[in-house]
Amino acid sequence: MSDLQSQDYVRRSASTMTPPVARSHEDQVAKLIDVSRCIGCKACQSACMEWNDLRPEIGHFEGSYENPMDLGPSVWTLMKFAEYENEQGNLEWLIRKDGCMHCEDPGCLKACPAPGAIVQYANGIVDFISDKCIGCGYCVKGCPFDVPRISKKDHKSYKCTLCSDRVSVGLEPACVKACPTGAIMFGSKSDMTHWAGERIEDLKSRGFENAGLYDPKEVGGTHVMYVLHHADKPSLYSGLPDKPRISPVVEAWKGIIKPLAVAGIAFAAIAGFFHWITVGPNEVTEEDEEEAARALRGEREPDPEEKS
Amino acid sequence: MTRPKYAITRYTTVNRINHWTNAGLFILLLLSGLSMFHPMLFFLSGLFGGGQWARAAHPWFGVLFMLSWIGMIIQFWRINLPAREDIAWSKAIVQVVTNDDEHVPPIGRNNSGQKAVFWAMTLLIPVLFITGLLIWEVYFGEATSIEVQRVAVLIHSLAAIAAILVWVAHVYAAIWIRNSVRSMTQGYVTPGWAWHHHRKWFLELASGQRGKTPPRKDT
Repeated sequence: MSDLQSQDYVRRSASTMTPPVARSHEDQVAKLIDVSRCIGCKACQSACMEWNDLRPEIGHFEGSYENPMDLGPSVWTLMKFAEYENEQGNLEWLIRKDGCMHCEDPGCLKACPAPGAIVQYANGIVDFISDKCIGCGYCVKGCPFDVPRISKKDHKSYKCTLCSDRVSVGLEPACVKACPTGAIMFGSKSDMTHWAGERIEDLKSRGFENAGLYDPKEVGGTHVMYVLHHADKPSLYSGLPDKPRISPVVEAWKGIIKPLAVAGIAFAAIAGFFHWITVGPNEVTEEDEEEAARALRGEREPDPEEKS
Repeated sequence: MTRPKYAITRYTTVNRINHWTNAGLFILLLLSGLSMFHPMLFFLSGLFGGGQWARAAHPWFGVLFMLSWIGMIIQFWRINLPAREDIAWSKAIVQVVTNDDEHVPPIGRNNSGQKAVFWAMTLLIPVLFITGLLIWEVYFGEATSIEVQRVAVLIHSLAAIAAILVWVAHVYAAIWIRNSVRSMTQGYVTPGWAWHHHRKWFLELASGQRGKTPPRKDT
């Protein structure tokens, strides 16, 4: 996305200073995807392509309703179809709209080395500012949900923007607008959580006793939430992570190691400087040259084992 | 190149070309790599034409550096093999760093500090090369799983930091031990320098020359 709102950042990648926050008094937003109401029509996928002017290459039938088979630089949202045989031996078709979860604590942003290439607005939306992206792929390593995709054409990383351009002018995201069953809702995070509560009660009353809200605390909650009939087993839904978290490897790399390494290198250089001004250079003296000359003339018996 | 009458060749022309190819590539790698490591050093990417250029160029510098280092291994592995004298020298490390050379045992062509620099780099550079390939997004972004790449990027940064620390020590030692830079730029040392810093090496050369003319340039 382009940089539309630059005064309401709450997080900015690779930045050690406070980002511009003057206009940050807005409600946290959330998209609620009620998987139990989804019919798999892919209107959201089409609306995403239309609004964002994305045209992924036309692929081939791969034996699945999934089309294309994976997210991509031009595929920011994707219906994923999972066939699940439940305990009663009945088939359940679990259809999940995949895409960026807009984590409250975004792993992509933590991993990004390019200042301002990934930002989080006060409303919680995590956005890629593409002209600042350097194409290193660190966001891919930071993401707990395997969402960002690097384009081979322009070496930029892409993902769902939660239609930050539409949201900034008071519109709902394009997928929400297009959904014919009301399975995708958009509003303030508290409203969406409340609404999800009603839906979950309803599902429980209809026999889905493990129904629940997917808003994983491990990443501080997400601004895209799911109502799942099997909230105890999110991985049933085409591998939705049960306990998503920023990898501890990434946390170490982007946490303590960064300042320690810079301090360590600086310390080594400073230590060298102080050695120079205290102990000082180690110089060859005239006597060394004379001793060496004597040895060369054979006046001194060479004894390589001396002192050793 | 003019040399004093009794100059002793320490590094041949091929040695020196290889070393400075390395040095140049290491500095390019250090600047472009650090720009992607710490936000406060991102400005270094400007030296390469911006973040995209630094990201694109860094792995290619790395490939050349690996090749160049193989040249270093071929030329220098033999003189860096451990020797019995290294133990005594290492024990006298306090005397070494305080310039108390009277109490430092005589040493051959390379002391154990120089050998440590060589072997540390010989270990770290292939580690950097392999982990670097794994995180080379353009060509190998899909070759391995994301989990493998996460581990690779962590090892790559740790190895890079270790290599930079070794490099700082190496550069400072070259400045501290006067005229060692000249041995790597112009290739020679004086007999007094060899006597002072690498006496066993000097005496080996001298005994080979006894009865003949003193050692001189022989590139």
